[in-house]
Amino acid sequence: MDRLVTRGTCVRALRGGVGSPILFLHGAGGMPGWLPFFERLSQHHALLVPEHPCFGASDDPHWIRDVSDLAMYYLDVLDAHYTSPVHVVGHSLGGWIATEAAVRNTQRFASLTLLAPAGIRVKGLPPGDNFIWSPEEAARNRFHDQSFAEAAIKAPPQSDEDIDLELQNKLAAVKFGWEPRWFNPDLEKWLHRISVPTHVIWGKEDKILPCAYARLWEERVTGPRVTIIDACGHLPQVERASEVAEQVATFLQRVSR
Amino acid sequence: MKFTCFHLMPYRALEREAAKTYRSAWVVLPNSFYDPIKGAEEYDSYLDQLVYAEELGFDAIAVNEHHQTAYGSMPAPNLIASALIQRTKSVKIAVLGRALPIVGNPINIAEEFAMLDVLSKGRLITGFVRGIGAEYHSTGVNPAFSHERFHEAHDLIIKAWTAPGPFEFEGDHYRFRYVNLWPRPYQSPHPPVWIPSMGSRETIVWASAPERKYPFLVTFSSEAAVVRYLTMYKEAAREHGYAADGDQLGWAVPLYVADTDTRARAEAKAGLESLFNDFLPMPWEMLLPPGYTSISSLKVTMKMRTSLGSRARNQTIDELIANGTAVVGSPATVREKIERVREQTGVNLLITMLQFGVMPDNLARRNMELFATEVMPHLRN
Repeated sequence: MDRLVTRGTCVRALRGGVGSPILFLHGAGGMPGWLPFFERLSQHHALLVPEHPCFGASDDPHWIRDVSDLAMYYLDVLDAHYTSPVHVVGHSLGGWIATEAAVRNTQRFASLTLLAPAGIRVKGLPPGDNFIWSPEEAARNRFHDQSFAEAAIKAPPQSDEDIDLELQNKLAAVKFGWEPRWFNPDLEKWLHRISVPTHVIWGKEDKILPCAYARLWEERVTGPRVTIIDACGHLPQVERASEVAEQVATFLQRVSR
Repeated sequence: MKFTCFHLMPYRALEREAAKTYRSAWVVLPNSFYDPIKGAEEYDSYLDQLVYAEELGFDAIAVNEHHQTAYGSMPAPNLIASALIQRTKSVKIAVLGRALPIVGNPINIAEEFAMLDVLSKGRLITGFVRGIGAEYHSTGVNPAFSHERFHEAHDLIIKAWTAPGPFEFEGDHYRFRYVNLWPRPYQSPHPPVWIPSMGSRETIVWASAPERKYPFLVTFSSEAAVVRYLTMYKEAAREHGYAADGDQLGWAVPLYVADTDTRARAEAKAGLESLFNDFLPMPWEMLLPPGYTSISSLKVTMKMRTSLGSRARNQTIDELIANGTAVVGSPATVREKIERVREQTGVNLLITMLQFGVMPDNLARRNMELFATEVMPHLRN
């Protein structure tokens, strides 16, 4: 697997395609493999999917303490590895990180695409308590179409190495998401700072971060595009891969003109 | 040997069958299951038992802290300790322990312990723990920083007890411009600190360091695990360059004595099985949230303690006796089982839980009496 070194921090990364660059920031479940969704996006773009520091087999630097640190780290990544603006796509935790970076500085952003992003809280509508769920409940609650859940339940990590990676991912998820649970109380008030075209995509049946959150993003971000995917859970890019890839590709094409 | 009468103060009136439909008796069991009228009776009974332990000749009586659970009724154990101070004269009073990482301000713990030490004229034994995994769910504190917060809070409390104030404390998790304890502890340099633990190498190495030499109490473990952890402590002490004293080695165990093995087993059964099958079980996600232990410890624990991890299988009193997690029997049987562990480890602190689960008062009190008269005298050094 590829490596990406930024100011001394080394992480694993997947790459594919040529064209205007996309940086994909994964969710709290860890870096996925090369998804059909990535394959589709890499047809017209140079896609980079890094594994966040503290996750999987990437470096776990002590100085990265919270999502703010990850956001600053990714501003360093954008500065170090790109010369032109980048389409940033983030899922869940990755959407939160991308947003934290964007409210600080969008100079290196061409656009921002958020798939079921964490980061803000609608009072009275808490996220699902993923940390208390059993592995089976977690799998079932990630997807609307239970055939995806069944597949995940039937194929738990087998090798010692895979178990280590999963435990490290779970530890990182707790570090960044436990308290406050999956959000930063100070983020919502700065969403107007995002000065690039923004697209918020949400599965209508999301049991982790309720789809109703999309409305608050729509109110706080200036002029975003909002796409709700019917019959879809928390991983639209997996559960409705081709539809969501089309949505993302079309948006990027439109904002690149 | 030295003997501590330890209590969890379980909520015995729990509707156990209905409670079983919930994930655990911790965190998510609705508090509509708790009846304050019955709860008041429970406090009376349990305080009476602990006060009785002084009369029976125990060296110490002990309480502990747990939150949002039917398993124990002491989210604020210092309140119970304060009541016990007023009702006893010379017995040591142990709080085993306070959970350091889950409080916002550890100075509160230092202050309350100092108050109890002064109130009791130096009868206090303190305990420092991290709280169990479920308490990171119920308090919201991030388990990923549990170890850091424990060590920082510990350093702060010990310094608050021993260094002249006011001083400034500059930590990563806790920061104070003025630390200046009034009252400060009665005992010098500070009250004893005991470390109850389900056993982890990191904790053992830390507790046994020469500048601490904190007694280490193994809790809820099979005989084999008790021997393994206490041996690990002695080895850690040796690596630190000294030989551990028996008073640094503790064993916390549910224990029941009756005149015969058969009767003991019959009388202890409901209490013991309810403790392990109704009050204690919780899923891994609650017991060991990521970060609560290191990944290497987590993997070891998951292999060893399949018992705590699930409601899938009930444990029987026979299994718990056979693997030594509980000591149950006639006075001779109980003496022999304790002697066997003492011979293997040199353990000198026995922390007995003589009421457990749904065990009623009359059995608990007779158990205490028989233990005090038929077992304790034979094991005194």
